[in-house]
Amino acid sequence: MEIFPVLLKGINVTLIVLVLSAILAYLIAFIAGFGRLSNVWIIRKFTGFYIEIFRGTSLIVQLFWFFYAIPMLFNVNLGNELMAGVLAISLNYGAYMSEIVRGSIIAVDKGQTEAAIALNMTRFQRMRYVILPQAVRMMLPEFGNYLIQILKATSLVSLIGMTDILYHGNILRSTNLAMAPTIYLLILVFYFILALPLIFLTRKMESISKKGVAQS
Amino acid sequence: MSVTKEVSKIKQTPQSDKIKQKPIVMYEDVHKSFGDVEVLKGINLQIKPGEKLALIGPSGSGKTTIIRMLMTLEEPTEGNIIVGDNNLWKVKKDGEFKRANEKHLRKVRGEIGMVFQHFNLFPHMTILQNCMTGPVQVKKESKASARERSIQMLEKVGLGDKLDNYPNQLSGGQKQRVAMARALVMRPRIMLFDEVTSALDPELVGEVLEVIRDIAQDGEMAMVLVTHEMDFAQEIADRIVFLEDGVIAEEGTPTEVLEQSTNERLQSFLHRFRSSNGN
Repeated sequence: MEIFPVLLKGINVTLIVLVLSAILAYLIAFIAGFGRLSNVWIIRKFTGFYIEIFRGTSLIVQLFWFFYAIPMLFNVNLGNELMAGVLAISLNYGAYMSEIVRGSIIAVDKGQTEAAIALNMTRFQRMRYVILPQAVRMMLPEFGNYLIQILKATSLVSLIGMTDILYHGNILRSTNLAMAPTIYLLILVFYFILALPLIFLTRKMESISKKGVAQS
Repeated sequence: MSVTKEVSKIKQTPQSDKIKQKPIVMYEDVHKSFGDVEVLKGINLQIKPGEKLALIGPSGSGKTTIIRMLMTLEEPTEGNIIVGDNNLWKVKKDGEFKRANEKHLRKVRGEIGMVFQHFNLFPHMTILQNCMTGPVQVKKESKASARERSIQMLEKVGLGDKLDNYPNQLSGGQKQRVAMARALVMRPRIMLFDEVTSALDPELVGEVLEVIRDIAQDGEMAMVLVTHEMDFAQEIADRIVFLEDGVIAEEGTPTEVLEQSTNERLQSFLHRFRSSNGN
């Protein structure tokens, strides 16, 4: 059997897309999450618009937009397929996770803000030292869940020609159709093994998040 | 016995000076509505430096709202609250009074501290960190000095052995004592107590009142207590204000209000209160 080493070649790409997409998605989630809570009307509306667009349309179509449509329409070069893939995945999941950021910040008990005001903290200090540390604890379990989802979503980049695990499996299948069941079984096992540490990480985060939050 | 002696001592010394002094807080015809409901209907009230004031009255009478407006947690609908030389909620600009911005509120509320009914300790910080964060972040005090003062204050409230514990490891009474230490290390000139014993199990009320009594004896700080502890108010307050239905219905020394007043609504409140407490 040479399936295993062939699939192994794709792990690199899968992991690179996963790591870059996850980092960018978390970053976007915080920016958009705070944007939704902004006092400025236009920022609130703009981030709301972004979130609805990316949550309301399909990730595959977004991926094709970034890879085929946008470069052609606006004559901008997004660099390569890696850029397009990471942008589509992170903007999509960033939109979902921004709701977690926003929801967690809102869920911190109002009494916490009031106690911070009573200590005469500035708005920034209230967020930085009182609200955010508690909100992040609430975000962690959901962030872990989305990390697993992002891992699974990385398989879509094979559709824009990136040589990830699924891409190598598909090539193999096209040369030997009889091996298809074995190939796709092995691909499932690959993704599951990659997801395992993330599952444990999520559990760990859940136990952390149980401590130290005042919920309303 | 020793308690009554000490209390009479506090009341005597600063009393005569207090009357001459300029008030530290003035409410001028303050109204507050929540939606269509007018909770406060024109409050006029003065607090002198070092004065111990108790606000009593039925629930919903607006007593908590009065101190929450002073802490800048609620904005008055009408009227002025003057703190020192500043109008708390308004800034004069081009001859017109405008709504105060955050910067102005921060400047004025720096002298005010508050203890809440539900403690509102920061659950992700240890007891010591809860106390230190104010001095370090807000007053830019050095960590060493903030730490030392916080430890002293926590020892004063009897929690010197819990410094590294988290709030969820403490009883309600202990939490409330931490909350007081946290407010006190900021050295406020006015301390607000919002029904600080109402969320406590009955057997834990005593230890919290003991600490308030202790703070009151230091004398310099003005204190406003919203309370249902009538006996305690009588013991500790220089002046008692009875609120009903959004207005001040009676005001005076504890003896005047609790024993000599002929105000019918106050009488019926005290009667209801005393019968429900079994005395």
